[in-house]
Amino acid sequence: MKRIKRVEEKFYIGFSALMTYSLIAVLAFIILVIFVKGFGALSWDMVVKVPKGGYYYGGEGGVLNAIAGSLYIALGATLIAIVIGMPAALYLNVHLIRYRRTQNTIRYFLDALWGIPSIVYGAFGFTLMLFFGMNASLLAGIITVALLISPIMVRTFDEVLSTIPKGLHEASLALGSTRSETAFRIIFKQGFSGFITAILLSFGRGIGDAASVLFTAGYTDNIPVNLDEPAATLPLAIFFQLGSPIPEVRDRAYASAIILTVIILSISLGARFLSKRYSKTNLK
Amino acid sequence: MQFKRQIADRLYGSWMIVSLATILALPLVIGVGLYIKAAPMLDNVSFFSLIFSSEWAPSAGNFGFRPFIAGSVHVTLLSFLFTAPVCLLAAIYLTQFSTRTLVKIMHPVIDVLAGLPSVIYGVWGILIIVPLVAGAAAFFGTASSGYSVLSGGIVLAVMCIPYTLNMLIEVFNTVPSGLKEASLSLGATRWEAVKHVVIRGNYPGIISAFGLGIAKAFGETIAVMMVVGNVVKVPGSPFDAAYPLPALIANNYGEMLSIPMYDSALMFAALLLLMIILFINLFFRYLIHKTKRQ
Repeated sequence: MKRIKRVEEKFYIGFSALMTYSLIAVLAFIILVIFVKGFGALSWDMVVKVPKGGYYYGGEGGVLNAIAGSLYIALGATLIAIVIGMPAALYLNVHLIRYRRTQNTIRYFLDALWGIPSIVYGAFGFTLMLFFGMNASLLAGIITVALLISPIMVRTFDEVLSTIPKGLHEASLALGSTRSETAFRIIFKQGFSGFITAILLSFGRGIGDAASVLFTAGYTDNIPVNLDEPAATLPLAIFFQLGSPIPEVRDRAYASAIILTVIILSISLGARFLSKRYSKTNLK
Repeated sequence: MQFKRQIADRLYGSWMIVSLATILALPLVIGVGLYIKAAPMLDNVSFFSLIFSSEWAPSAGNFGFRPFIAGSVHVTLLSFLFTAPVCLLAAIYLTQFSTRTLVKIMHPVIDVLAGLPSVIYGVWGILIIVPLVAGAAAFFGTASSGYSVLSGGIVLAVMCIPYTLNMLIEVFNTVPSGLKEASLSLGATRWEAVKHVVIRGNYPGIISAFGLGIAKAFGETIAVMMVVGNVVKVPGSPFDAAYPLPALIANNYGEMLSIPMYDSALMFAALLLLMIILFINLFFRYLIHKTKRQ
């Protein structure tokens, strides 16, 4: 009896350890596959040139149009998300601090909002675009992505703000500051590391998301200069090049995948580093 | 001076509340917007005949969503079969047995897995999973290009693992250690303590994490679309191609304005997706919030 128990325990613990380590292996495998496959076609030209004529038949050029388009869209969307997300998170943690139930209900809705898939945002962005008579453009892409990442921004920032001790908040009010002064000058500073994480997380989501910009941002071989011009995005560039029957073009899709992966990895590492750095000076 | 500060307080305060209200109104606005676009479709054909009819011929005006809904359900359930055991065991290991160093390593691993764009997973799926599945199909004696429900399920599973795993870890971290220690002191092995205390005591949390993982899988678009084959048919076996709902919307936006009622049909698909996923999310989040309060 006892032996069976021992064997069962050994088996399950070993098996669950295997599952855990296999996750590291899967991540390493994915990144390895992308890098090995794309490395041959990766060149400096890919990063600094826009597609020249005949690029999609194996001609000269690179995907700078898509890199720039993705950065523009993600930057613009992150800015909008900051403007509506940051005050929303502060309101939740300063003005509503005495109303636990309301706070929890709002968090509940925000969590549910986070779950809405990006293709739905894309479809909604498209109806919005038709409603205002716009064409697929940088602006439409930015607005759609901003809607997609705002809940992420609020919830991530809020996660850090909610751990700030209530005493700090009370001390600030006791010294005679108004509630918005407390929010923007005290609580915001204390939660600054969370703010940085929220920005980088939303920015990463904005760069990597394809389904929401598929309808709204369009595609072009040029770098957009105006808000009403269409913009290419990196995920879509990968997707389109991968659909080509020509092997050289497909190889470039893999090389573009390396570029996207490197961008995402550096954002993720940067977020870890910065949030550690800025939480050092926090009041404990 | 005092007056100026009060005005500023009012201004900032209204900025804050307006932003919060905007974000909270978002699902409603999205739902209404999509409904307005989908309404012409719903005026002509009843909701149930849209969902249960399998005839898909946009140019003839026949829109039956059954193949797409079936495709989504098949791919999602298959991915759940892979995700559930891996996540459950890994979450148990990380919260109960593992060393601190491993937990420290796993945090960035999970973060990066969750952060990789779906296009990257799609590329990986095409390069690795699709040929593997084609090989497996040949082994089992059926012909398959590899672009199939099974490939979609595997790719989706890998994408959903970090999401579900994170929630499970959160759930297991809330188990009071006294409860587990009591069980250990009564002579239970460590695994028995996990089985009877950690798992049994957290049924609602575990089910919610799984449910939210399913909702996430249901709405995933690009990665699935790249490996699932996109053939309008109710799939009969895991090696058959399928055409999930999100892929339908993403693949046809180009033509949707040239065929009458097509845009309305696609927006109906988006609305359906929103409703299903919002419902699942609200339900399971409620379960989580309720157990957290206890």
